Amino acid sequence: MSTIRTEPVTINLGPQHPSTHGVFRLRVTFDGEEIIDVEPVFGYLHRGTEKLAESRNYVQIVTLTDRMDYVASMSNNLAYVRTVEKLADIDVPERAQYIRVISVELQRIASHLMATGFLLNDLGALATPLVYCFRERERILDLFEMLCGARITLSYMRPGGVFQDAPADFWNSLNVLISDFPNYLDELESLITTNEIVLARTIGVGLLSDTQAVDSGVSGPVLRAASVKWDLRKANPYEIYDRVNFDIPIGNSGDTYDRYYVRLQEMRESIKIISQCIEQIEPGPVRTETPFFIRPPVGETYSSVEGPKGELGFYMVSDGGISPYRCKVRAPSFINLTPLKDMLTGWKMGDLIIILGSIDIVLGEVDR
Amino acid sequence: MTKIISGDEISKSINNALNDAVLYSDETAAWVSLEKIHEVCEILKNPDGLDYSFLTAISAVDYIEYFEIVYHLSSLRNNQSCVIKVKCNGRENPSIDSVTDIWQSADLQEREIWDLMGIEFKNHPNLKRILLWEGFDGHPLRKDFIG
Repeated sequence: MSTIRTEPVTINLGPQHPSTHGVFRLRVTFDGEEIIDVEPVFGYLHRGTEKLAESRNYVQIVTLTDRMDYVASMSNNLAYVRTVEKLADIDVPERAQYIRVISVELQRIASHLMATGFLLNDLGALATPLVYCFRERERILDLFEMLCGARITLSYMRPGGVFQDAPADFWNSLNVLISDFPNYLDELESLITTNEIVLARTIGVGLLSDTQAVDSGVSGPVLRAASVKWDLRKANPYEIYDRVNFDIPIGNSGDTYDRYYVRLQEMRESIKIISQCIEQIEPGPVRTETPFFIRPPVGETYSSVEGPKGELGFYMVSDGGISPYRCKVRAPSFINLTPLKDMLTGWKMGDLIIILGSIDIVLGEVDR
Repeated sequence: MTKIISGDEISKSINNALNDAVLYSDETAAWVSLEKIHEVCEILKNPDGLDYSFLTAISAVDYIEYFEIVYHLSSLRNNQSCVIKVKCNGRENPSIDSVTDIWQSADLQEREIWDLMGIEFKNHPNLKRILLWEGFDGHPLRKDFIG
């Protein structure tokens, strides 16, 4: 029998494609249905944040950090202001630390809801489950609006504390949210966790082993799904994380399902953290007075927080002036794409979309 | 809490395995010679030794007279972190050995440094521009870049 001549086909996915979660482009080579090579193409949203930071003062840069991971601005704000505080040796009042932890945990929930909703969207469950996730995310954005007037680009934190104390109706709405939320998560889980189609599409798909996960520098839920118990909130507690009890959920095999399930459980843990914070928080000042132009002493520092996507770090060098000499961002979404090729090779087109979705990238952060 | 290993301490550990690799060190970091960085990273990664399995970040800073490459390393097992630095002279064609074969996470980060700072990583498997397009003139994060 004569064999049919075959040849690999290269397909361009993106940059304008709904399932790439922004302007991300993949040049994928297929052998039939099977992926044999992947080449990610970055930079469509590159705005030169690190260069811009070199010509702005330390308070202005807060607004630049909002625009990196734009679905988790609060976490970016926290990572940045913590680095400035470490560099310039600024103390933060205790109440501000609690408000910060409450707001970044709300942001983590909002970000994970978006990741979960879009994962289902990528699976082909168009819009309906996504709207369930967005409905709850909307309530969190409403809370942020009460805190600072903005919903997405928040700029709520300042070196030395937060912009303003939370208003009284914030606490009421927050209490309602955290009492409802576990029920909502049960409802969401009943839709997804045991859904036969979801299981068939996600279990065993896009495996990332623990050794490769560590070697390729991934962090956050992607690392923890590969059964590596590493969370900076526990490993190197910052703010008041050492005063609250919570668990670090981990996965077993590092497949797409584990990445989904780790995120879902992290949302439950975040609710636990927030309710403990509400019990512990006491009245007091929320901001240390700092000069408008902060001039940190000559030196450098690296500081990182556990953002929703992973380890978000800032490496800043000060020359004693009003703007940083160098401001480097360790963007988790960017580094989490390192093992992408190994995760995708051997899978099919439909799996590509959900594997990429389960890494949960935000292009504002990848390209900066 | 993550234990921060001082530059002096990490340089002692490196010197035990490889002499003359560390040029000098202080509280914050250890400065390694440009030629020995690859060997030093192999020692640091060694799972039976120091076990710095996680390369947190590679950064490059332009100090006009020289470039400084900064390696932030973490050991997940021992919950430790340390900082290794390398000075790289010359503005025309600065180059340094790639550590991609030791930590895969260096792959995209080294490409980013090449793209924005213009430091060449020798033996990098795919050293192309990453955030800017091929054919872009100059390296924008350098202090003398005029946009």
